[in-house]
Order: sequence, then C-alpha cells, then structure tokens
Amino acid sequence: MSSTSAPEAPTALPPVKRRNAELVLTVIAILITMAGIAIAGLNLNGRVPSAMWTVGLTFGALSAVAHVAMRFLAPYADPLIMPCALFLNGIGVAMIWRLNASHEENIEGAGVGMQLVWTAVGLICCFLIIVFLKDPRILQRYTYISALVAIVLLMLPIIPGLGHAVYGAQLWIKIGPFTMQPSEFAKIALVIFLASYLMSKRQVLQIVGKPIKVGRFTLIELPRARDLAPILVGWLLAIGMLVVLRDLGTSLLLFGTFLAMLYVATQRSSWVTIGLVMFAGGATLAYFLFWHVRARVNIWINTFDQEVYEAVGGSQQLVEGLVGMAYGGLFGTGIGGGQAHNTFAADSDFILASIGEELGLTGLLAVLMVLGLLVERGMRIALAATGPFNKLLTSGIAFVLAYQVFIVLGGISRVIPLTGSTTPFMAAGGSALMASWIMMGILLRISDNARRPAPQSIQDEGATQVIRR
Amino acid sequence: MNTPIRRLSVFALILIGILMLNITWIQGFQADSIRADPLNRRTYSERLSEPRGPIQVAGENVAFSENVSPEGEPARYQREYTGGGLYTPIVGSFRTYGASGVEDTENTLLDGSDDRLAVRNFRDIITGREPEGAQVQLTLDPEVQEAGYEAFAGLGGKNGAAVAIDPSTGAVLGAVSYPSYDANEVVSITDLEDATNNYVALENDPAKPLLNRALNERYPPGSTFKVVTAAAAIETLDASPDSTMDAPDRLSLGHDLPNATPGGTCNGGQPDTLAHSIQISCNTSMANWAIEMGGTALSEQATKFGFNPPEGEELEIPLGVTPSFAPPEEDRNILGRAGIGQSNVEATPLQMAMVAAGVANGGEVMRPYVVDAVRDSDLSVITQTSPESYSQAVSASTAQDLTEMMVLVTGEGGSGTNAAIPNVQVAGKTGTAETGTESTHNWFIGFAPADDPQVAVAVVVEFGGGSGNELAAPIARQMMEAVVQ
Repeated sequence: MSSTSAPEAPTALPPVKRRNAELVLTVIAILITMAGIAIAGLNLNGRVPSAMWTVGLTFGALSAVAHVAMRFLAPYADPLIMPCALFLNGIGVAMIWRLNASHEENIEGAGVGMQLVWTAVGLICCFLIIVFLKDPRILQRYTYISALVAIVLLMLPIIPGLGHAVYGAQLWIKIGPFTMQPSEFAKIALVIFLASYLMSKRQVLQIVGKPIKVGRFTLIELPRARDLAPILVGWLLAIGMLVVLRDLGTSLLLFGTFLAMLYVATQRSSWVTIGLVMFAGGATLAYFLFWHVRARVNIWINTFDQEVYEAVGGSQQLVEGLVGMAYGGLFGTGIGGGQAHNTFAADSDFILASIGEELGLTGLLAVLMVLGLLVERGMRIALAATGPFNKLLTSGIAFVLAYQVFIVLGGISRVIPLTGSTTPFMAAGGSALMASWIMMGILLRISDNARRPAPQSIQDEGATQVIRR
Repeated sequence: MNTPIRRLSVFALILIGILMLNITWIQGFQADSIRADPLNRRTYSERLSEPRGPIQVAGENVAFSENVSPEGEPARYQREYTGGGLYTPIVGSFRTYGASGVEDTENTLLDGSDDRLAVRNFRDIITGREPEGAQVQLTLDPEVQEAGYEAFAGLGGKNGAAVAIDPSTGAVLGAVSYPSYDANEVVSITDLEDATNNYVALENDPAKPLLNRALNERYPPGSTFKVVTAAAAIETLDASPDSTMDAPDRLSLGHDLPNATPGGTCNGGQPDTLAHSIQISCNTSMANWAIEMGGTALSEQATKFGFNPPEGEELEIPLGVTPSFAPPEEDRNILGRAGIGQSNVEATPLQMAMVAAGVANGGEVMRPYVVDAVRDSDLSVITQTSPESYSQAVSASTAQDLTEMMVLVTGEGGSGTNAAIPNVQVAGKTGTAETGTESTHNWFIGFAPADDPQVAVAVVVEFGGGSGNELAAPIARQMMEAVVQ
C-alpha cells in the first residue's frame, strides 16, 4: 500500500483494549467539567452552584454510559478518542454554563440550554454508527449519493422558506422550532464522497501526468487536462460557497479537506500546488469582486483601526476577543472571573477566546493539546486502518478536525481572516456537536475493526475451519 | 498510502503548532500592549460597576456616581455633573470611551485602583467592604468661577477664557473656558448612542467647546506682555518707573508701529517714563525698551515667569498645560514687536495669570494647581498639595515697582479703568492683540488688592474686536470682586 523508501514504523496496532485507562481518563474529564462549573459559581456568586451536580452529573452519566457502551460495542477501539472528545465536550458545557450564568439575574437559574441534549443525541449517533456500520467500506457503494447529499445539504439554506439567516450568514435551515446548520453534516458527506471517489480514481490521478522539467529537475508534474475535472468541481464549489452563501469558513474548510485527501490518495504534491494556486486565484478575484470578502480582509489587517472597529460588522468582536485573551494572560482570570460573556458569540464561534481569557494561555494550550491529540490519534487510526477507503476516510476526518480548529482559532488570533466557524465539541450548537460525534463514531468503528485480533481457529486441522469473530 | 498520511499528520500538527505559537505571542507577550490599546473599552466599561469617587468644589460634589440599576440588579453607576458647563473645562467628563480633565488625570484615585490606595483596598478585601474610589477636592472657588463664566455668557456669542490664581499659593481659583459643554450630555450609560452622537457634535462644533482655552489655547498676549518687558527693563537695565525711553508717535519696525492710544501719542512724541508707558500702554517706548535690552534678556525674563518650558517639563496642574513661547529674537523689527506681546510671543491665559500672580507675590511665581486634596471615602487625607515655588521671576523691589505702575492702569487716566473696584486698589494691564485678521483679542491681567494681593487674574476675549478695557477688564473685575468683596 505505502512503502516508498525508508522503513516505517509498524502500522498495525496490537490488539490491546486498555479500556481501564479510558475509564480513568473519562473520570478525569467528568471531574474537570464539574470543577469548571463549581469554580464558575464561586467566582460569580461566591457559592458552589447546584448546576455542578445537575449539569455535572448529567454529563457524568452520559459519559459513563458511553464508556460502558465502548466496552461492549467497540472494545478494541483506540482508548484515547472517547475521553478526549468527552473532555472537550465537558469543558464546552462548563464554559457555556458559565457564560449563560453571567446573563442570568440569579445564576441558579442558568442552564446550558440544549447542549446536554445535543451531547446525548451526538453520543447516540456515535454508537448507532459503531453498531450498524460494521464495515464502513460499504459506504463506497454510495459515492455519488454522498456527493449529492453533500451538495444538497450545502444548498439547503438558500432555499426560500427553509433557509434562515443568522447574523447575516445564510447557513441555517429552520424546520418548525429547530434550526440546523446543514453544512456541518455536509462536510462528513463530502469526506465520505471524496474517500470513495478518490479510492476508485486514485491510480489514474496518481500515475498519469506530464512532467515539466527545468534541466534535470522536475518542477511540477502536470496532470492531464481531463483529470482536472474533479479538482475544478471542488474549486467551483468552494468559490460558490464563498460567493452565494458568503461563507468563507465552510469554503475554506471544504476546499482544504479536498486538497488534503487528494494528496493522501495520490501522494502527488502537484495536486496540492495546483489546488492552492487555483484557490489563491479565486480568492484574489473574489477579493476584488465582492465587498464582503474585502471587508473580512480589512478587518483582519486593520483590526485595531478606530474606523474599522466602529464600522457596522467591523472588527469589534475580534478586538473584544483579543482584549479578553490579553486579560487572560498566562493563567487566566479563572472560569467566571473574566468578562468573556460580553464578547459576541462568546459561547460558539469565540468559545476558544473565552477559554483563553478565563483559563489563560495555559488552559488554551491544554485544550489545543487535547484537540491535537485527538487529531493525531485519528491519523494513527488511519495508518492502521484496513484498506485505502478506510485510510482516506479516517485521515480525512482527522484532518477536518485539525483544520476546523485552525480556521476558527486562526481567525480569532489573526493568523487568517476571521470567518466564523465552530470549534469541534466545544461550541454551543446541536449540528456541530452531532457532526463531531458522528465523526468519532466512524473513527471508533474503524479503529475497533483494525485492532481486533485476527480470527482464531478453534479447531486444529482441516482446510475448512470454523472461526470465531 | 501511509506516507502521505504521515505527512498530513505532521501538517495537521504544524497547523496546531502555529496556533500555539500565535496565542503564546498574544497572551504571553502582546497582552500588555493590547490592554493598553485605546480600543480596549473594558477599562472604562468594567468600572461602571464600581462606585467612582466624587470630585468636589468647596465641599460640594460637582461630579459624582449614582447607581441607576433597578433594585436587585447588579449596580451600574452613572456619572453625573452639576453646574452645566461651569466646571467642565477642569472637571472634564468620564465617558464610556474616554475621559478628560481631572476625571482623566486623577482616574486611578477616583476609581480606587491607585497604588496609594493599596493598603485601604487590602483592608477592604479583608473586611469585605465594598471598595470605593477616593474623592478629589479642587481648589476652585465657585464664586470666582461663576463670576467669570456668567460674564462670558453675558458677552453674547464671544469666546474666550479666564484664569484666577491665589498668588501666594498658586491655587487656581477659577478657570473659565467659553463656550463649554454640559458633561452630562456625553456620559450617559443608558443611552450610549445619544452620548456618542453628542460628543461627535461637540468635536465638530466650530466654536470648539471641547477645547480648554484657559490651559490649552495660545494667543498673542499683546500689551499685557509689557509687564514682562518692564520687568526685564528694571531687572537687566536697572531702569526705574521714572526712567524714560524714546516714544515717537510712529516707530519704524519694518512697517510702522503706531501707538494704540487714542490720538496716537504717548508723551507728545517726547521720551516717556516707564510708569506712564505702562499706564497708558505706550507701544513705541516699550518696543524701544525691548530693543534696548536685547532679545535674550526679554526671553529669559519671560522664561522666569513660565514661558519657554524645557521640552518634557511642561506644566501639569495636573491637567496638561500647553507651553507658552517668547523666543529670543535677534531681528530688531521682530524684537520690537515682541516687546509689546506680538510677533512670535504666544501665551495661554494661565501663563498670563502666572505673570500677574508673580508680580503680586513679591516676584515669586507659585506653581499653579487645581487639586487641593485627595481624600479616602472615610475622609482621611491621601494627598494634600502643598504650595510650591515655581521661580523667583523678579526681585521683590522690582515686583513693588511693577505693582505701582500697574495700579496706575486702573486709576484715572489709565487704560484699564473698567477693572477698578471701589475702595480696593487694583493693579492691572490691558491688552489688545493683533491677530492678523480684522478683529483683535482683548486681554486684561491684574490682581487685587494691590497692597495685599489675594487674587490674580488673566482674561482673554477671543476676537472681541474691542479693547481690553472694554471687554476683558469688566470680567476680570467681577472675578476679583468675588474674592476681595
């Protein structure tokens, strides 16, 4: 499958369960969540709030059920995935409770909204996948259906009557009392589509090409024009997102994921180069054609300009987030000790800025470490996964996680323009949380399959054997 | 396929690593400068929840904080001001997005964050008492301040400024800048937009109500500067009030310098005494005195009164004072005009009040100040300003000579009779400064009583178009009367 040159570390993982380690880590995640709520209450009100028990124990019970389910349903799965995800989910719940409490007259009346319900729904989705998607490779059959699903999900919000704009971004749909952000699910459908499409086409994309040489050195290996079709479609989709939906974040996320998976499938950096050039070209064009793109860039560059700050839709939110992080400094103000609740979208897009303010640089680095750990465990699962489809699917999911964190925190901390995106597991909102847990379900299933010990014979002889799975 | 996966995982780590480095930069290294950025609006808004100390004039609150939250909700303090625009030039305003005046300079004491309050704050934490800001007591005398402010209001549409100082201490008794504004209009925390709009309107107002003319606007001082010229003549040329100097009806200084007196003569074209030159404000003789002593002598005398402060040592009372200038001139024509307070000579009203106060105080200029004392909420004194000498501008005998000459100004035949107060000897000097436009600035500086000075004043009416005696002297008289009667 791989093997280009140097000998690599073994990719197969030993069939160790380590579920007890998972249990210990899960308990720590629960305790941190409860401590977060308790400290928030002490800082805000001088008392340990009852929510430490109501919210904390509800979350604890959900985590406990998840852990027990793991023991039965995916006993060989990577033991770090579930506690890392629960830790992030729990910190998010504690932070959302703390932010809500600041807007309540009596903090005992504060809740976490629907976040716990969505956590439960997310976990159910996760385990439904673990139980019913016995072999994720069957998803290969639905290559173009996945593509269709992804596109339909992306387009849903612009259907009149169904679409629902929140703060100017046309990203939501509204069915009855529920609002959903279908792009969160679209990215999963897209990863599935890409995994199966690239699986079948990768040899063509990998091998055929025309090298352009400077002297003896191959500068770039250009693919055939007709093989450019998929990248062109992906590019058009990304630009379309940018222009029609005005959603820079999703556009960036989808196209980046596409390039990453294309690279994994083909191992050809020329694809990445071509893609980046196309994206840079498209983005530059969009910059000159559309004022909302220009406004974003202006906010990014001239964040601390008085006029940009005071403009409608200007840099105020960004500045407030940065000022909050500056107040947090190295060790933070303590949960509930800061002014994080005054920043717009403090519990969703800006939840990492809230963490930075109240848990300080130390806390934010810790959260990033856990996110990084989750990503790298995902990549590790991809290495050990059986078959190219599973590898593509798993590495795609792991990359989406990392890339999404980069887009959102990079926006908040001015590495890239602020685009508005959700932080996996932490941001308030059902769609994002469900999507994150669905991705974990896929990871855990593939991991469990990969590490499950090989079928063992239960008789000693004969060509036909009875095996136990 | 594992090689690209490994590379992708390294790339994912790099992405996270970039974020880690960047937030370390922001939260670890840039935190201070971000907090100090003017767009950090927390410094003001977060203090809305803490009671800010009052600013007082003569024991009465002129600025104070009041809780405007409904019962049971977290406290939100609205800053309120009394007196309309009366005290605004000194007191300033404490807005959501900034502060001015004493509200700005004494901010850390008013909000309780100053180091000098650290012990008390620590005690409050232990005893669980709600921390409160300190109260700032100003030197202003409400009667003086009102007399000046109302006199300007009575002029009908003319701008200007007036300063009154206690010559023996330097305490500022009055600091009027007209027009002013009611600080209540720009500090509302319940209607932020209204407050912002009002502030923008003030910023754009051509009458510049936000400018504190008393401290921060320079005008040519005109003939009031002749006091400085006379001081230098006595000090450096050993002149006396009886010393004479050529006083032609016209003096050629590039183009002719006329005499300001009606009829255009000082002493019929004959040499005039210094005393008479001051009394009637003779231009040509005073220009000749300046030329006689030379530019350096004149400039150095002005410096002793407070002009030409070294860079970085500009006066703070604690409000910043714009420096006044009287540079050493070499050109005879320019120097002659400098001797009568024109050409490159420019002074703030406070500076000219310091000139009058210096003469009044036996030649010693006291450092002006507006904050008398800062007291804790339990009234214990945190800081108390003690009078401090700024300089010995002239000798006591020179000051005596100057006083005698200035008394003539308000007496019969003088140029500033409108400043005379019945039964009180008033020393003064008028000024009518050319502005390069049709109109003139009209000045008066002086002090009373001449034999035991309790108040020194400087008044300027911007583009008054009249004479110092006509427009400025009555304002000065009313402010002095508020002290001596």
